[in-house]
Amino acid sequence: MLPFIIRRFFFLIFVLFGVSVLIFGILMTFSPERRAAAYVTTPQQAKDIPKIIKQFGLDDPFYHQYFRWIKEVAKGNLGWSLVAARPVGEAFWRYFPVTLEMNLFAAPIVIFFGIWLGSVSGIHRDTWVDHSTRIFAIIGWSLPTFLFALILLMVFYGYFQAFSPGVLSDELTLFIIDNPDKFTPYTGMYTIDGILNGRLDIALDGLHHLVLPIITYVIVVVALNMRVMRSGIIEELSKDYVLTARAKGADNKTVNFKHARRNALLPVVTVAGQLVALSMEGSVSVEVVYNRHGIGWWLAESATQLDMPVLMCICLFMGVVFVITNLILDIMYAVIDPRIRLN
Amino acid sequence: MATNKFHPRWREFKFTLHRIFRNPSAIIGFMLLFCFMAVAMLAPVIAPPKNQFNPYMMPHKGYSPTPKPPSEQNIFGTTSGQYDIFYGAVWGTRTAFKIGLFVVLIAGIVGISLGAIAGYYGGLLDEILMRLIDIMWAIPTLVLAMAIVVAFGRGLDKIMIALALVQWRWYVRVIRSEILTLRDQDFVHAAKLMGVSDFIIITRHILPNAIYPVLIMASMDMGSMVITAAFLSFVGLGAPKGYADWGQMVALARNYIVGPVDDPLRFWYTIVIPGACIILFVLAWNLIGDALRDAFDPKLRRR
Repeated sequence: MLPFIIRRFFFLIFVLFGVSVLIFGILMTFSPERRAAAYVTTPQQAKDIPKIIKQFGLDDPFYHQYFRWIKEVAKGNLGWSLVAARPVGEAFWRYFPVTLEMNLFAAPIVIFFGIWLGSVSGIHRDTWVDHSTRIFAIIGWSLPTFLFALILLMVFYGYFQAFSPGVLSDELTLFIIDNPDKFTPYTGMYTIDGILNGRLDIALDGLHHLVLPIITYVIVVVALNMRVMRSGIIEELSKDYVLTARAKGADNKTVNFKHARRNALLPVVTVAGQLVALSMEGSVSVEVVYNRHGIGWWLAESATQLDMPVLMCICLFMGVVFVITNLILDIMYAVIDPRIRLN
Repeated sequence: MATNKFHPRWREFKFTLHRIFRNPSAIIGFMLLFCFMAVAMLAPVIAPPKNQFNPYMMPHKGYSPTPKPPSEQNIFGTTSGQYDIFYGAVWGTRTAFKIGLFVVLIAGIVGISLGAIAGYYGGLLDEILMRLIDIMWAIPTLVLAMAIVVAFGRGLDKIMIALALVQWRWYVRVIRSEILTLRDQDFVHAAKLMGVSDFIIITRHILPNAIYPVLIMASMDMGSMVITAAFLSFVGLGAPKGYADWGQMVALARNYIVGPVDDPLRFWYTIVIPGACIILFVLAWNLIGDALRDAFDPKLRRR
C-alpha cells in the first residue's frame, strides 16, 4: 500500500506540473499588452504599459516567465484577483467554503439516491418501474444545469416566493456584518457556523438557501450513478452465483440486496472520479445562477473579466482535487474488492 | 465487400437496427432529431432572414429591454432587446447542429486516429499521448474549455474550437482501450501473416470492431457539447449580442425570469421557448445514445 501511495504522490506532482504548464501556455497566447492590462489599476497607469511589460518581463521567453511564476507560487504568492479585489490565495479561502458546503450536502444524496434508483431499476428490468426511472434519468441528464436552475428559480422564487437566490437572507447578512463579535465564522459555511455560534436561525436560513441548488444538482448528476448501478445489477443478476443462490432457496431480498447489489457497487466506485469532475462543473452553473459566491461563480466571473491568476489557481486546485480523489478511490476499490491488489 | 443478405457483417447490422428500433426511446429520439433536422434545413423558408448577408442575426424592432408577449407579428413574442424569439429558435437549431457536428467530428476524427495509432503501435508515442491525456484529464471539460475561450477571445467559433480541443481526449481513451484488446486477437495476427498492411488492418479489421462505443459517445456528446456551449454563451463568452443561439437567448431572458409582483410568470416565454429547444435537442441525442448503448452492449445484446 505505501509504495502505491508514494507513486501516486509523484503522479500528483507530475499532473500538477503538467496542468500548470498547460494552463500557463494557454494563457500565454495573450499579447504582452493584454497581459500587462491585468496590472493596470488606474487610468494614468494605462500609459505605462510598455513599462509594465518591461518591469514584469512579460515578453520574456515562455520558460523564463513560467519559472518566475512558479517561484512566486512557491513563496505563497498566487497573484492578485481583479474580481475579488484581494490576493488570490486569500480570496480562495473566502469562496471555497461556499462550494464545499453545497457539495457536502449534495454528495450523500447523489450517491444514495443514485444507488437506490439504479438497483430498483435493474431488479425490475423492463417493467414500468425500470422505464420510468430510466426516462427520469435521461431527462435529468439532458437538462442543462443552468437552465434547470433558472426554471426552478422562476417557479419557486418568482411564483411561490418560497426560496430565494444567494447564500443567506439580507437581514442576517447585515446582522453578521454589523456584529462581528457575536458571530465568528469558524468554517465559512453558514449552516455549520450557525450551529457552532448557537444561532440556529442562521443555520436554518443557510439550509433554506441550499434547497434549490441541491435539487438542481442532484437531479442533473444522479443519472450517471443510476445508470452504472442499473447495468451493474443486471449483469450480476445473470451470473451463476445468483442462480445458485436462488436454487438453494434464498429469498429475493437476500439475492438482490446481499448478493447482487454488493457486487454491483464496484463499477459505481469507478465512475466516482467522473462524478467528482461532473460535480465541479455542476457547481459552476449552479453558483452562477443562484448567485452563490463560491469557486464556480468566481471562475465564471474571472473568465469574463480575464482575471488570469484566478483561472490558473482554480485549474491547479481542480487538478489537486482530481488526483487526490482518484487516489482515495483506488484505495477504496482495493479495500472493497479483495481481488484487486495495488501494484 | 459482398453485401449479399447473408454476409455476417450485414446480418449483424440488421440485427442491430432491429434491436435499436425495438426500443421506444430510440423511436422518440429519432423522431425528435428528424424534426430538428427539418427545421434546420428549412430555416430560410420557415423564418425568412431580414438580413440576407448575415441570416444568423436575429431581427429586432427597437431596443426596449422589456420582452413583449406573443402576438401576430412575433408568434413566440420578443425577448429582451426586442429580438424575435421564433426567429432565434429556428436559426438557433442550425447553430446547435453546427456546434455539435463540428465538435464531435473534429474531436472524433482526431481522437480516433490518435487513439488507433497509439493503441496499435504502443511504444513512446503511446506513452507521451497518455501522459498528456492524464494531465488534461485532471481539469473538468467546462473549466478547460473556459480557459481556452478566454485565451482565444470570446465568440461562438472560439467556443467550438475550445470544446473540440478539450473533448478529443475522451475518444482517444475509448478507442485505445478497445484496440488494446483487439490487436492481439487471432484475426489480426492472421491478417498480419498474410501481409496486409498496418493501415488496412487498422481501418478494415480493427476499427469496425471498435467503433461502437465511439458511436454511443458521439451521440451523447452531440447533446452535452451543445449544453456546454450554451452555458459558455450564457456566461457571456459566446457570440455577439443578437446572434441566433439558444444559450444567448437564455442569457437575454435571465433578468426576466421573475416578472412584476402581481404577475411573476409574465415573461415565461422568454426562457421556456429557447430552454425547451435546448432540452429537446439534447434529449433527442441522449435517447438515441441510450438506445445505441443497449443495442451494442455485448453483455445485454442477446438477452
